[in-house]
Amino acid sequence: MDQSPALKQTPLHALHLSLGAKMVPFAGYDMPVQYPAGVLKEHLHTRSAAGLFDVSHMGQVIVRAASGAYDDAALALEALVPVDILGLKPGRQRYGFFTDDNGGMLDDLMIANRVDHLFVVVNAACKDADVAYMKGNLRNCEVTLLEDRALLALQGPRAEAVLATLWPDAPAARFMDVRDATILGADCIISRSGYSGEDGFEISMPAAKAEEIAKALLGHPDCEAVGLGARDSLRLEAGLCLYGNDIDTTTSPIEASLEWAFQKARKAGGDRAGGFPGADRILEELESGTTRHRVGLKPEGKAPVRAHAQLFADAAGQRHIGEVTSGTFGPSVEGPVAMGYVPSFYREPGTQIYAEVRGKYLPLTIATLPFIKPTYKR
Amino acid sequence: MLKFTAEHEWLKLDGDIATVGITAHAAEQLGDLVFVELPEVGAELTKDGNAATVESVKAASDVYAPLDGEVTEVNQAIVDDPSLVNSAPQGAGWFFKLKLKNSADADALMDEAAYKDLIG
Repeated sequence: MDQSPALKQTPLHALHLSLGAKMVPFAGYDMPVQYPAGVLKEHLHTRSAAGLFDVSHMGQVIVRAASGAYDDAALALEALVPVDILGLKPGRQRYGFFTDDNGGMLDDLMIANRVDHLFVVVNAACKDADVAYMKGNLRNCEVTLLEDRALLALQGPRAEAVLATLWPDAPAARFMDVRDATILGADCIISRSGYSGEDGFEISMPAAKAEEIAKALLGHPDCEAVGLGARDSLRLEAGLCLYGNDIDTTTSPIEASLEWAFQKARKAGGDRAGGFPGADRILEELESGTTRHRVGLKPEGKAPVRAHAQLFADAAGQRHIGEVTSGTFGPSVEGPVAMGYVPSFYREPGTQIYAEVRGKYLPLTIATLPFIKPTYKR
Repeated sequence: MLKFTAEHEWLKLDGDIATVGITAHAAEQLGDLVFVELPEVGAELTKDGNAATVESVKAASDVYAPLDGEVTEVNQAIVDDPSLVNSAPQGAGWFFKLKLKNSADADALMDEAAYKDLIG
């Protein structure tokens, strides 16, 4: 990576430093990888109580049709994203991804119906490219990257109780609801979602109020600051993809086992079938399957098997079949967990394969994702 | 006699046998360990060669052989419970014992005061 002289900072940078965070460069930002508690304890705290994550580096984008009609913005974005955006009800969001002409993926994103416009959250590393892409390709729409807002994720079984101290309506929201809220006098947009496998919320707020709101949340005895290290182990246990690791332009959504993200309207025979980049390949794969798949991988021993470990069919490492795309020790699973791509023949849960780690071929089993039971409040 | 390396290992010397571990400073930098792989008893180690592997949630790190020698004993307790390395890095969290090829080699290593200067 380039030695960038000027890493960007989120509105919570000073707070991270005051909390004793270890800062690392991530997607052009100086971000907290962990706080003094450490990745392991931060992970477990999120699963047992509540963790607060600064995800202000992610891109918050407004897409508004010139007509002012939600449907026009939704139809424009459907030309880039193969999920049902027109059918999304006001105050609801869903997961999607930008596909390219080869059927690969340019980024994954969350898309919310905000009544008369779309609110989209994209990955930090892709946000400049995503915004340029949307500006160039969304017909008759205004695309605005919100530079003056922070984004906090509050995750875990106590997230609702923690947030309810500042926003009494928190318990009424269901998984993937998106609501307007006023917190400490600030206009916020709150979705009941996240990327940890836990119930929780993502809170978009004015940058100027971010530190005050974060401190108020952290003032609750159940809430601790959690860094990017634990964010990664949490999302991996939850079986969620990290763009750039598990999905990218070389993986189709079907290879990535993201069939669940496609609604009927966009599939063959649907009202608005196709009409997105790479549709020929992707619709064909939805019908007929593909030759390789993202799968969960459970190492049988205790050694973590990490990203880029090579996968083999046999214990001698003769038949190469794929690669690990994410892997770590799962603190809640109390053992190593990984994801990677294997040929269809090997995708059945329980199938034993091998990963090369420091010159040895360690056995691992194809596992059903997620590794933990999600606690989303549906 | 206690000696230290720039790779943040300590050696407790008893004749030509050195008990080897990682320093409290190293354990703190690595964070909570979740996996430890130790050398085989009988393995011949070469100074600065790989001796062991430790992993936190975040990353794997190598532990290097501080001197030439043969492994005479390993601490299975840290394999069974890697958190011992964090809780008692310079005690119950020791890694292995090394029969030094040349016990005089240890003279060149740092003493505790020099190591403390190194880590500031």
